Amino acid sequence: MKPALTLQNISVHYGARHALQNVSGVFYQGSLTAVAGPNGSGKSTLLKAIAGVIAPTSGHIIFATDPRPAIAYLPQAAHVQRDFPITVAEVVLTGFYPSIGETGKIGRAQHEAAQKALHAVGLSDYAKSLIGELSGGQFQRALFARLIVQDAPIILLDEPFTAIDAETTARLIRLLLDWHKEGRTVICVLHDLLLIKKYFPDSMVLHGKCLGSGHTHKMFENKLLSFDLDMAELIPADEIDPPTHVSAHDS
Amino acid sequence: MTLSALLFEPFEKFAFLQRALAACLVLSVGGAPLGFFMNQRRMALVSDAMSHAIFPGVAIAFLIAGLNVWSLTLGGLAAGILIALFSVFLSRTSQIKEDGVFTLLFLLSLTSGTLLLSLKGSTIDLLHMLFGDILAIDRDALIFIVSVTLMTLSILPFIYRGLILDCFDPDFLSASGRGKSVRPLFFVLFVVNLVAAFQALGTLMALGLILLPAIASPFWTRRVPTSIALGIGLAWLSSYVGLLISYHANTPSGPMVVLVCGILCLASVLLGRRGSVLVFFRQTRRRGPTTGASP
Repeated sequence: MKPALTLQNISVHYGARHALQNVSGVFYQGSLTAVAGPNGSGKSTLLKAIAGVIAPTSGHIIFATDPRPAIAYLPQAAHVQRDFPITVAEVVLTGFYPSIGETGKIGRAQHEAAQKALHAVGLSDYAKSLIGELSGGQFQRALFARLIVQDAPIILLDEPFTAIDAETTARLIRLLLDWHKEGRTVICVLHDLLLIKKYFPDSMVLHGKCLGSGHTHKMFENKLLSFDLDMAELIPADEIDPPTHVSAHDS
Repeated sequence: MTLSALLFEPFEKFAFLQRALAACLVLSVGGAPLGFFMNQRRMALVSDAMSHAIFPGVAIAFLIAGLNVWSLTLGGLAAGILIALFSVFLSRTSQIKEDGVFTLLFLLSLTSGTLLLSLKGSTIDLLHMLFGDILAIDRDALIFIVSVTLMTLSILPFIYRGLILDCFDPDFLSASGRGKSVRPLFFVLFVVNLVAAFQALGTLMALGLILLPAIASPFWTRRVPTSIALGIGLAWLSSYVGLLISYHANTPSGPMVVLVCGILCLASVLLGRRGSVLVFFRQTRRRGPTTGASP
């Protein structure tokens, strides 16, 4: 397998705060990788660095081709201004912006592609609706339709299944698996360990630095990913006070 | 007095009123679209601070070259860009909050500009800089305002899609690899328009015709192009009505134009078709009184 992109000692600092420290790793072409880790572990920062939204403070990201291949990027839904007066169809058409820029024509072919993408995510009837009128799940589907029209070999998704219902999650997972079958490289930030275990062959675990990466089942075997990892393991035992009513009963 | 005499005669009779009206109408065409994007990016307060940031530069230019439109422009532009860069530097290297930066720089700009003017200028000069004198717009100032608007209209189509993306999904714009020139170009256009508006309305009210129509229009229409067009229309209406009232009531013209614009903006917030106070109360009445959840 050929690398789609290679991270070489990537560090990202926001002022004095170190969001990522010396992260290295390889994402192979056609791989489907989950990036996991606690809040503030640098997952979104890593995705932004790969997408080109932010520049790494140090280190290099090496793509298989130069110039870098097209990248379709799905930001966290919370970072998108939902009350902006733009329709669902127009949002999908912005997917052509990376390829056609400011002056490229948006013609019949682009409109048809947008319609097809909306159909694929089940939003055909909402093309003329404003994005502010959509539910959270519908809005996420609209953003997925934009990813479809981008038709990029590398797809980056930042928490795509947060705060959406199970039915929408299932629909979007199917799309994601289709992209994987088509040989696209998909990198997805998410928290849901069940989804990671079931659908993502590869994983990377971050906590400011890279704790490990590789086959997901190996990551579970090595306890880098674990359903047992709960608050009791995150907080050292000596920091947990015994319940007072137990002590009183014992005495 | 006939209706025609009431509505049109002042503009037929006096060249200074014609120039004032022309300046306002032309300013609105370039300024209202920029105001729309500033408002949608939730940067209304920032633009207010920016409008004052040009003041020290204008004051220095006035001290050196007097009331020369081109030197005032150069001074305002330089001060606007320097202060914007300085605000970015402060935000990135210290713990100061964004609104704190703008409050600090707004007050520093206003006070330093006032003190600089007091070195040489009179109270009249200071009033001219702060509130403008729309009835004193001369040929040079009008040519400058027309040039700025033509430049704005020539550049906007080349950053329009990027500006839309920057408003609702800035990370996507950055990831596209194409947005690098969008923000700097927009910023330069905004500052140049502020300097042009300053010629007519002074540093304290320069934003009036740029931002107020942009705040008002989304209360009436739900699309970007119609919102921008309506913003221009509201600015035109404010200019005409404001100048007319100021003529008949013998009041200062610039403040009257901005006052009319402000009243139209407030009326939109109260009575507009979308998201207004009126819509809120109608919806509340339709839903009926809310009941608390039972235990």
